[in-house]
Amino acid sequence: MTTTPATTGTTDIVPGPPTAAPRGRGLRRFLANRMAVVGLAILVLLVLFSVLGPLVYPTDQVHTDLANANLPPGAGHPLGTDAVGYDVLGRLMIAGRVSLVVGLAAGILATLVGTLWGAVAGYVGGWVDAAMMRVVDAGIAIPAIFLLLVVSAITRPSVPLLVVVIGLVSWLVPARLVRAEAVSLKTREYVLAVRAGGGTHGRAVLRHIVPNTVGTVVVNATFQVADAILLVAYLSYLGMGVQPPSTDWGAMLSSGISLVYSGAWWLILPAGLAIVAVVCAFNFIGDGLRDMLDVKGRRS
Amino acid sequence: MTTTTRGWARSPLLHYVLRRTGQALLVVLLVTVVVFLLLQALPGGPARGVLGQTATPEQIAAFNAANGFDDPLPQQYLAFLDRLLHGDLGTSYVMNMPVADAIGERLPKTLLLTVLSLVVAVAVALPLGVRQAARRNSAFDYSTTTLAVVLYSTPSFFLGLLLVIVFSQWLGVLPALAPQGQTVAEVLAEPKALVLPVLTGSLVAVATFSRYARSSTIDNLAEDYVRTARAKGTSERAVLRRHVVRNSLTPVIAMLGYQVPVVFGGALVVEQLFNYPGMGLLFWSSAQASDFPVLLGCVLVIAVATVAGSLLADLTQAAVDPRTRGGLR
Repeated sequence: MTTTPATTGTTDIVPGPPTAAPRGRGLRRFLANRMAVVGLAILVLLVLFSVLGPLVYPTDQVHTDLANANLPPGAGHPLGTDAVGYDVLGRLMIAGRVSLVVGLAAGILATLVGTLWGAVAGYVGGWVDAAMMRVVDAGIAIPAIFLLLVVSAITRPSVPLLVVVIGLVSWLVPARLVRAEAVSLKTREYVLAVRAGGGTHGRAVLRHIVPNTVGTVVVNATFQVADAILLVAYLSYLGMGVQPPSTDWGAMLSSGISLVYSGAWWLILPAGLAIVAVVCAFNFIGDGLRDMLDVKGRRS
Repeated sequence: MTTTTRGWARSPLLHYVLRRTGQALLVVLLVTVVVFLLLQALPGGPARGVLGQTATPEQIAAFNAANGFDDPLPQQYLAFLDRLLHGDLGTSYVMNMPVADAIGERLPKTLLLTVLSLVVAVAVALPLGVRQAARRNSAFDYSTTTLAVVLYSTPSFFLGLLLVIVFSQWLGVLPALAPQGQTVAEVLAEPKALVLPVLTGSLVAVATFSRYARSSTIDNLAEDYVRTARAKGTSERAVLRRHVVRNSLTPVIAMLGYQVPVVFGGALVVEQLFNYPGMGLLFWSSAQASDFPVLLGCVLVIAVATVAGSLLADLTQAAVDPRTRGGLR
């Protein structure tokens, strides 16, 4: 695998042999961004909490325990129990698994689809490009949350379906970003050389266009994951996302709302703060990566 | 995003306006195709929805024949388009009224809520973004930009809930329920009840807008004209006020046009949280009741508004800044 310095699509960069220098400098630049390091630390902690937490702190999240419902934080239940007696701390861990997995998988799926779509549109150009980008425009015209609610009304989604659907409504922004880069990349000498040397269009797109957009793609993917986690939280909050017995942080918060007015803060505060923390973490990391890879622009 | 310079980039504004408007119409047409296909994808089709779960196959067949649902798909699509052009969005399964009427009743209230939120957000975010840029890398800049990321990362339902807990539960100064009036005038008669919904809607937008205003101002501060103005001895304050602000905030104002889907998405959650009887709440309750004609009618209205918003934004940009006429933003 070759590493090429990520370009921003401006024409003042002379295409040349890849240099090794930017890598070390980039890492230092990432570490110099204090918030990016904080974000990374928060993310690692939350992943450990969700993945290893239940091994250290096992709780029964299957059988309801109505005798011990709505207990405030105290001995035995550091964060209290919810309306059916589940331990809130333990539930926070297993809900975190769902939130993280759905967010990561949907964000990555959206990035893959969008990158390929944008690369092909920008590379082929002409009316194909125009048609493909009008599809993107039409997709952007229908806000994701509305489309997701329509789909949820047709069929209550399982977790894998949720990943696919969120991925398929979120690929539009990376498609636009990658297309813009592909348009400028396809006239570079090394891409022209592939074609002149008898290489196929597929080879030009997959081996030369896509790898050169990697900076933009990686930075955007980080923001995509953040947005996907938010989106699934919104859906679950609206009662149309992750369905019982499974749960995520959004669903946990949603089920605690009716009791919050009687003072049960532990039913919404931990779950809400977990969402804010993980989304912040991804956004901070994205900002750091952008500085490191020298990619311009945060979102489209 | 970079704008490419091609031959037609030098052609007059009118050419751009026509081309861009044509594109927008094409996108709206594509959206109607998507909505039409979604209607077809409904379990059991529209007949099941209208006649209910107990309808016999014979009743469904009769319904489909009577309503033209047996015709070939392209013909059905044209009929669907024809009805749309006549303002017919279908009939609600649940409310027994035309979808257009149901939306028409609630849309003004949603517009009121969103416009109020946007005005508050812009009034706070633009001065904030400019000040952040002017004092770039200061403690003020760091703390407010970090706060903006945190706000941006906070789901609006959580933010709204926290506001409710603080202002209506603890302090007891503001109601937790939005105005329940049926008309805009009735809603405006309860200004106190509007405060929390508007605040919730605007806080997240402040985070987004201030970011744009900040980076746009920073870009402009690096321009040659700023150096010239400074070299001529203009005070930093005057540079900012007289030169930079005007240039840097125009794209930010135009950008508001691209925010239409975000704004409607935000309204959906805020209306649900505060039980505000607008289009967002209508959409949510229709999703709960599987009232598909209403859902798809709302999607169409929002999509048209989104396309119109970004068209307006592009045209504003093109009118103000000829450099942007070439690219599709």
